[in-house]
Amino acid sequence: MSEVRAQDQAAYDAHAVRAEFPVLMQSLEKGLRPVYLDSGASAQKPRAVIAKEREVEEQYFANAYRGRYSFGARIDDELEGARTKIAEFLNAASSSQIVFTPGATAGLNMVAFGWGRRFVQAGDEILTTLMEHHANLVPWQQLARERQAILRFIPLTSDGRLDSERLGEVLNERTKIVAVCGMSNVLGTVNPIAELVRRAHQFGACVVVDGAQSVPHLTTDVQQTPMDFLCFSGHKLYGPTGVGVIYGRSERLEEMDPILFGGHMIERVWPDHSTWAAPPARFEAGTLPIVQAIALGAAIDWIRQHGLDRIHRHEQSLLRDLTTRMQSLPGMTIYGPDTPHKGAIVSFRIAGLHPEDLAAMLDRRAVFTRHGHHCTMPLHDLLGVSATTRVSLGAYNTTEDLDALLEAVQFAFQKLRPTQRA
Amino acid sequence: MKLNELLEEYEELSDWGEQCDFLIDLGRDLPPLPEEDHTDCNIVHGCQSRVWLTTELDAAMDPPTVKIQADSDALIVKGLIAVLLAAYAEKTPVDILETDITGLFERMGLHRQLSSSRRNGLYGMVERIRSFAARSLSASVRTVP
Repeated sequence: MSEVRAQDQAAYDAHAVRAEFPVLMQSLEKGLRPVYLDSGASAQKPRAVIAKEREVEEQYFANAYRGRYSFGARIDDELEGARTKIAEFLNAASSSQIVFTPGATAGLNMVAFGWGRRFVQAGDEILTTLMEHHANLVPWQQLARERQAILRFIPLTSDGRLDSERLGEVLNERTKIVAVCGMSNVLGTVNPIAELVRRAHQFGACVVVDGAQSVPHLTTDVQQTPMDFLCFSGHKLYGPTGVGVIYGRSERLEEMDPILFGGHMIERVWPDHSTWAAPPARFEAGTLPIVQAIALGAAIDWIRQHGLDRIHRHEQSLLRDLTTRMQSLPGMTIYGPDTPHKGAIVSFRIAGLHPEDLAAMLDRRAVFTRHGHHCTMPLHDLLGVSATTRVSLGAYNTTEDLDALLEAVQFAFQKLRPTQRA
Repeated sequence: MKLNELLEEYEELSDWGEQCDFLIDLGRDLPPLPEEDHTDCNIVHGCQSRVWLTTELDAAMDPPTVKIQADSDALIVKGLIAVLLAAYAEKTPVDILETDITGLFERMGLHRQLSSSRRNGLYGMVERIRSFAARSLSASVRTVP
């Protein structure tokens, strides 16, 4: 087993992968190379994705589903091709289960107010967690307020995992929706979605997975793990901004109301009322982010060419290395579970160094990290800190990136520690 | 440090690295805000760091000036606060409302730090100081017999 893994890792050439990302191959001021450690916010794009966007714009751009001329037909083929690639990537049974959205946030709102508003009644319960990104919390708060439903939270363990043993305390026949992230954008925690789906379905609850962080790092199989909805964005998946996806089980999509109305989503319009087209068109009112959606297909091709499993193993190997090296730094607190339970995210604080100061110092070494509450205020309240620094890894990160980060942290120590007053 | 001295020193610095070190030093020298003033009431919420701020009218001065004290949990933000305090030092409410802080930060190449979307608390701090000045002004107008 370990031999097989060693072989796979040897076969994954992170430097060659990195070389496919023009933005990372630049030389910055003072000859510094960009060390990009913020893929959790947005991933960089490989040349293949940039080329695809360019190809569409330069060779055959037209609006989709409207023109019978050759450009229009080509666009339709490309767009449906991208939809099919996404369906295959998730192992969805049909590409008609793939809805293009403007992003993960839009998708979650569409599910909350398209499906949730229709089925959640007063006194019903919506079950979520305190590790959710605001995009998978605030829409449910709003829905609960509107429907007089009750928002409940799955208890967390002290190391930031969902406490499965206590799931029974909050999951019951009143639970209508279970909305959980596949992977926490702060703690990195990988949640047991299969178990949640199984137990939630025993009560007939609808499981909505925020896959913004999990889909780019972990294989998602929507048939093996029959979640009801999965939302994610393209730009964290090495694709363009402005496009995202809702995957929905066919019967769920069928019963979901549209929340945006207009062109393309209708079947027939009369002066005083209209009927809706079948999914996915029902949820794609107006002109789609055509170029971005097609290029998202190219991003999926790129990932499959390298293998998401191999990318995952590479990231996990870097994560273990990084965790070990960071734990040896004085005053270091890393939030979240140990590496077997998490994906390629390390959120931390160093005693005496404010995350904003630290981020500024790292930036001076061209080490790009994120700091703040990462759109998870309730989680930061729970952790008892106002802000953390987050390192998130992607397919293109290398051991040299970790070296640069550690060197930059030393630089920050020198500059910011009180004894270093000039 | 007086604003003109501060600017003179700052403008001799050649790059962001040196400017950043300078701000950190300013931050370290910022007069401490009394511990009892680090209250929720005095906090200016930022996304990435927190700022505590107190403002009072110093009636011992004629005309009265606005006395401002502030602190942040981040050193660089403390440095930016020091710049703000230098710009507002010993000013009357009218002078405060007439001070072009945006222009000053633009001149220092720090205007991004002031944007409302940056949310480091600095923008909220300027807003709060200005509204205090405006309130003091309307209160003093009303008390004129």
